[in-house]
Amino acid sequence: MLVERSSAGRGGPASGPVEDRRIEFGELHPPLSAHEAHVEADRCYFCYDAPCTVACPTSIDIPLFIRQIATGNPKGAARTIFAENILGGMCGRVCPVETLCEEACVRMEAEGKPVKIGMLQRHATDHLIFAGEQPFARAAPTGRRVAVVGAGPAGLACAHRLALRGHEVVMFDARPRPGGLNEYGIAAYKTVDDFAQREVDFILSVGGITLEPGMALGRDFTLAELGEDFDAVFLGMGLAGVNALAAPGEAAPGVTDAVEWIARLRQAEDASAVPIAPRVAVIGGGMTAIDAAVQAKLLGAEEVTILYRRGRADMKASLWEQELAQTRGVTILEWAQPVQIIAGQSGAVEAIVVERTRIAGGRLVGTGAVVTIPVDMVFKAIGQTFVPEPLGAAAGIRLEGGRIAVDAERRTSAPGIWAGGDCVAGGQDLTVAAVEDGKVAAESIHRSLTGGAAP
Amino acid sequence: MANLATEFLGIKSPNPFWLASAPPTDKAYNVVRAFQAGWGGVVWKTLGEDPPIVNVNGPRYGAVHGPDRRLLGFNNIELITDRPLEVNLREIKEVKRAWPDRALVVSLMVPCEERNWADILARVEETGADGVELNFGCPHGMSERGMGSAVGQVPEYIEMVARWCKAHTRMPVIVKLTPNITDIRYPARAAAKGGADAVSLINTVSSLMGVDLDRMAPVPTIDGKASHGGYCGPAVKPIALNMVAEIARDPATNGMPLSAIGGITTWRDAAEFMALGAGTVQVCTAAMTYGFRIVQEMIAGLSQWMDEKGYTSVSDFVGLAVPNVTDWQYLNLNYVTKARIDQELCIKCGRCHVVCEDTSHQAITRTVAGVRKFEVIDSECVGCNLCVSVCPVENCITMEALPPGATDPRTGLPVEAAYANWTTHPNNPMARVAAE
Ligand SMILES: Cc1cc2nc3c(=O)[nH]c(=O)nc-3n(C[C@H](O)[C@H](O)[C@H](O)COP(=O)(O)OP(=O)(O)OC[C@H]3O[C@@H](n4cnc5c(N)ncnc54)[C@H](O)[C@@H]3O)c2cc1C
Ligand SMILES: Cc1cc2nc3c(=O)[nH]c(=O)nc-3n(C[C@H](O)[C@H](O)[C@H](O)COP(=O)(O)O)c2cc1C
Ligand code: SF4
Repeated sequence: MLVERSSAGRGGPASGPVEDRRIEFGELHPPLSAHEAHVEADRCYFCYDAPCTVACPTSIDIPLFIRQIATGNPKGAARTIFAENILGGMCGRVCPVETLCEEACVRMEAEGKPVKIGMLQRHATDHLIFAGEQPFARAAPTGRRVAVVGAGPAGLACAHRLALRGHEVVMFDARPRPGGLNEYGIAAYKTVDDFAQREVDFILSVGGITLEPGMALGRDFTLAELGEDFDAVFLGMGLAGVNALAAPGEAAPGVTDAVEWIARLRQAEDASAVPIAPRVAVIGGGMTAIDAAVQAKLLGAEEVTILYRRGRADMKASLWEQELAQTRGVTILEWAQPVQIIAGQSGAVEAIVVERTRIAGGRLVGTGAVVTIPVDMVFKAIGQTFVPEPLGAAAGIRLEGGRIAVDAERRTSAPGIWAGGDCVAGGQDLTVAAVEDGKVAAESIHRSLTGGAAP
Repeated sequence: MANLATEFLGIKSPNPFWLASAPPTDKAYNVVRAFQAGWGGVVWKTLGEDPPIVNVNGPRYGAVHGPDRRLLGFNNIELITDRPLEVNLREIKEVKRAWPDRALVVSLMVPCEERNWADILARVEETGADGVELNFGCPHGMSERGMGSAVGQVPEYIEMVARWCKAHTRMPVIVKLTPNITDIRYPARAAAKGGADAVSLINTVSSLMGVDLDRMAPVPTIDGKASHGGYCGPAVKPIALNMVAEIARDPATNGMPLSAIGGITTWRDAAEFMALGAGTVQVCTAAMTYGFRIVQEMIAGLSQWMDEKGYTSVSDFVGLAVPNVTDWQYLNLNYVTKARIDQELCIKCGRCHVVCEDTSHQAITRTVAGVRKFEVIDSECVGCNLCVSVCPVENCITMEALPPGATDPRTGLPVEAAYANWTTHPNNPMARVAAE
């Protein structure tokens, strides 16, 4: 066998065979106490033209909110955050801060230990969300109506900003619950206690937003119909498709799409009812791969291996996340590309064959060395794709690299239709980036509906 | 959101946060940036007569830092403005015209002759400024020339100059007081007697920041020598709070408008000064430490707090704490407290024990039944608050009042419900009511 799996399952609550056992996903990082928050806030230098703010896709005034925590005004801090990012609560939990604000923090330069901006943001936002206070009031009604398709981070941010500006919003989502990947995708241990729904309630409490769950564009209604009923449309549909592995044996039982499996886990009443096997391979190098692997481990899998076809430095998951997985007992095997999935007599997956890879002449090539790893379950986490069919050809929305093409104001090529979040081209595929798209689009829609000049 | 608009001596500003007369208000460039950032008003850097003074060309500032370089105290040997009077007056006029909704008060310091004051007042009046502040506070340089704190330390001079100024201008006159004096009430009363409309305080406290033990000279050193400067910043806030409170509750000056200065860094600092009677607050060091943007925290914090308390305008709470500032002799001696240590929170560092054992009343155990444990011995505890002050864990040690009727194990006496103070205490030889 290729890898020594010495520490499989050792010490964790999930060791031993997988039994019928209720599993509680505790938080990886418990919130800061008030005292800890004050000590941490005191570390912020209140920088000029703060690099952290520059690094934040939603441009939150980070030094100001940290100073507000330091001066005993956490609700004011929350208001500062929400003014730029109404999903600041979730972002405080799930943002890869180690590659955004915290990487830019001048304390990184000084001592390699940034101010814990994410934790502080969570501390502040929890104060308002758990108090159930909506910090903003809507402007006078404009009489204009906007349709938002998709109630993920992009749609929610867009809807909230439009509602603030006095417009009426109807938000459609194909799924039964709003929140998008916040509800169905983000790792359970990052968002405990049904936080995603609490946050949605908080956002909707501003008023003026009607939620239409279970309503799918392309199935239950068309863009043309929206065009008739609404003054503008925002598309925040995320990525509904997944990439195929293109390895023989992919169809074998036990080979699962990681995103779908996580969605099941997130929605399960009892996490231990979600299927998991003793030996799991996860194919991919992004956040989804890490999340699937860590949650598989927490659920009781003994050996979890992430297979990535390039080197660790190329992984989309940050170093911090890679370490997170490794400290939970996940093995990361780099330079390993699946070539075949072998099914056993029952037809279910029994092993995965990988070929080692390397870079030759600037290209990724197989070395010819092949290893077979015995596994009981394979998760595919090799990226999601945008499914354009629901848009319909008639709308004439231009795509770019398979996703919706938008300009700087998030306008699509079709008049009256804006888009943002994962479904648009050129994005970062992060919650915070989706929020920024929604916000920018809402302001652009507002300008177009009220005749304001574009910036 | 609460309304922060302030009216002080008839001078309106959108919020009570003014910049104190100092480098942040020395030029139109700075003041315009301050107004853009949201400051409600400024007191322009002190003007003097031409030819302008000169400043040293070596370091003029020094600082005391916490271990993580947080600036705790600040010191300067800067003098008043070193720019020609004409230039300052022209800029003041331009800025006031461009920013009519902001308070613009001009600080002045000229030799102690009526003519000098009359002349400069006439020129300031032409600018359209909202008022003047008489700088009787600067403790260095200017005082050696018979100005600044040299005037501020002689109540008769204050009264005299205030009277001249009131006679020679229609503008409101604020007298800025020096803390370098034994009893702040005397200069404040003199200002009131001279007809000043308000006092502002404090200016800086005379100070030396430290001694360079290699060069055997105080720091910051200018060519091997140093002179005392003026201390300000967070460290001076308690001194300023006391002086403001003393004036606010002095029957001779009670009700006189106050503009508070000294260490104000956050909305809370400002609210505390206002609770003690300040109608506006002035800030220097905090702006010089963090830039003008900090006013946003102050504005947001004050209005959030006012909303939570149900105050709709700043006048709702200005002065509310003044009646609760009293003399020691009127404190209730029947109020008996004991320290309480929350064993759940205690991390067992033992600091409470050792300070009580070494320097106070031997009222905290170090072991209980042979194990390391810190408990208050009520029969020894005098309720002094030392343990609370040194405990590293917030709220781990608290002071608890004994209810009336309970026996204080230290004295063996029951706690009286009635209020009683030193003026009637049997040990007081001057007691008003003899023990009957
Ligand atoms: C497993 C996983 C873990 C992740 N972890 C993180 C993380 O830790 N941090 C981070 O920053 N990002 C993370 N991401 C990325 C992040 O979740 C997304 O970038 C973000 O959710 C994108 O928001 P969105 O609103 O564009 O799309 P989505 O969140 O996907 O929301 C789209 C919504 O549109 C609805 N919809 C789709 N099609 C239709 C239709 N035809 N009609 C009506 N409604 C429709 C969907 O039901 C969904 O509710 C993760 C992603 C995955 C898959
Ligand atoms: C560098 C410096 C220069 C100052 N110059 C003046 C001045 O010209 N006139 C004056 O009235 N006060 C002057 N002050 C005093 C301030 O206005 C203020 O009273 C004092 O600094 C206390 O406030 P703070 O703790 O907010 O700094 C100066 C203070 C500093 C630090
Ligand atoms: S970069 Fe770091 S220290 Fe500077 S303002 Fe941002 S959080 Fe504070």
